[in-house]
Amino acid sequence: MIEAHQLTKRYGEKTAVDRLDFTVRPGTVTGFLGPNGAGKSTTMRMIIGLDAPTSGSVIVNGRRYAEHSSPLQEVGALLEAKSVHPGRSAFNHLAVQAYTHGIPRRRVNEVIELTGLQSVANKRAGGFSLGMGQRLGIAAALLGDPATVMLDEPVNGLDPEGVLWIRNLLTALAADGRTVFVSSHLMTEMALVADHLIIVGRGRLLADTTVRDLVRHAGGDTVTVATADPARLREILAGPGIEITGRTGSEELQVAGMSARAIGLKAAEHGIALFELTERTVSLEDAFMELTRDAVEYHGTTAGTDTHGRAA
Amino acid sequence: MSTITSTPAPAPARSTRPAYRVTGPRVVRSEWAKLWSLRSTWITLGLALLFLVAFGLIAAAQYKSRISSGQRMDPDFARATAVSLSLFGTNFAQLALGVLGVLVTAGEYTTGMIRSTLAAVPRRLPVLWAKSAVFGVVALVVGTIGVFVTFIIASGIVSGTAAAMTLSDPGVVRGLLGAGLYLGLVGVIGAALGALLRSVAAGISILVGALMLVPGLISLLPSSWQDNISPYLPSNAGQSMFALTHDATTLSPTAGLLVFLGWTVLALAGAAYRLVRTDA
Repeated sequence: MIEAHQLTKRYGEKTAVDRLDFTVRPGTVTGFLGPNGAGKSTTMRMIIGLDAPTSGSVIVNGRRYAEHSSPLQEVGALLEAKSVHPGRSAFNHLAVQAYTHGIPRRRVNEVIELTGLQSVANKRAGGFSLGMGQRLGIAAALLGDPATVMLDEPVNGLDPEGVLWIRNLLTALAADGRTVFVSSHLMTEMALVADHLIIVGRGRLLADTTVRDLVRHAGGDTVTVATADPARLREILAGPGIEITGRTGSEELQVAGMSARAIGLKAAEHGIALFELTERTVSLEDAFMELTRDAVEYHGTTAGTDTHGRAA
Repeated sequence: MSTITSTPAPAPARSTRPAYRVTGPRVVRSEWAKLWSLRSTWITLGLALLFLVAFGLIAAAQYKSRISSGQRMDPDFARATAVSLSLFGTNFAQLALGVLGVLVTAGEYTTGMIRSTLAAVPRRLPVLWAKSAVFGVVALVVGTIGVFVTFIIASGIVSGTAAAMTLSDPGVVRGLLGAGLYLGLVGVIGAALGALLRSVAAGISILVGALMLVPGLISLLPSSWQDNISPYLPSNAGQSMFALTHDATTLSPTAGLLVFLGWTVLALAGAAYRLVRTDA
């Protein structure tokens, strides 16, 4: 569980993180999305106390990260920036962190195996490829068997097999009851693993929502129908949870909440001829782009999301 | 890299999770492991020991050969003792140990390792204390072994000359222990400067400047100022810790130790302040 309250970080004139309020809950994968420079990494650094907030606070499992007696057991973090001494072997890199907590050697070997680093465990980390470095970072994040796992852009540099592995890992960690907080600037990647989304732009919260709601608010999955008698079609399709829109005088209707198949069947049943029946799916990427573009243009006033960004 | 476990190992149920805990001794254990798991440690400590022993023995051999060949010697060399000859390498060894001290702390910032370190120990200060203690003790031990070994061999070389001394002569053991302690504290100062400046280059520059350049620059000051300032400089105070003879222009060994400890504490205080107050 991660709770941010009015979390703010300023570097001189520049505000990297602007009064963020959010809660990351256990048992699900929460995606942390935003364009580059949106303040995701800074927020994550503040969560584990590497950066001090200018104002506001962020607590992990009820306390500030530094106040825990066993921090690695509370939050395991993979940061975007390299956090490894290139001269140390992968095994030693993990071992020196394990020593601080009294984590047994057995656990070090476990995370090495889990991340598939056995064959390079005794090689110097400086020679690692981007993907292997990423695996070492994930191994370190899992070392303390943490209740909260926080990964900053974990799929960076991974091959397709590695990407799939990360997805399974995140899902399994969440299913295990852990809090999983993963950042990305790729909506498509997030949509595959995350249940919940926290979207930021220019340091501000743009949306705190679910994948499903985000799509629905962005126009959702709609069906375009064209018929000679739109008024009658409107009548027969009307029902709870179904939203029908269309310009007066136009033959076209936009129907949300009903499949093209159901609409076609219903129309046939009532003997209405359809000229067009097209399903239109809003991609998450579109929804995300729209949301973040608004943030840039209107400085955080976004309509149609669960939580509104504050006006500047 | 070809084998990937596709599902994570089942984590133990919440109730059976092991209880880990960060403690001071564990942080020390971690820093100890960090120090020895890098090749640069072995190389630099080896160099320090080599400088200490080799230069001390070369100095002793030179002295001996000039004495026996009846050459005229410059006054400094003529007044040499077995102790001063065997400590000839201290100047070079202090560089190696000081630089390694800087690397121990600043190296974490330049590589990014500091983020892993502070994520594991977010209270931060235990890391600085552990690093300083671990490296200080290692530098102390290496320095002390080095000077004693050098003295034992060097005193054999110069036996029978005016410089001859044995461990049982007054002040010898104190001088040698003082030199070892000085080298240990130089290591701590190096580590503190590295943590304060967070840059290997800056740390080494300030260290070399403070220990080797400032004493030279002081000679540019009016001589009345020199006499007041000079003994308290880190290098001169440090030398008082292991010099056998003291005069009006130098501090006593105890005063030298206290002044040098003062410099060490000052550097550590600066490092602690920066570590706690600024983002990593």
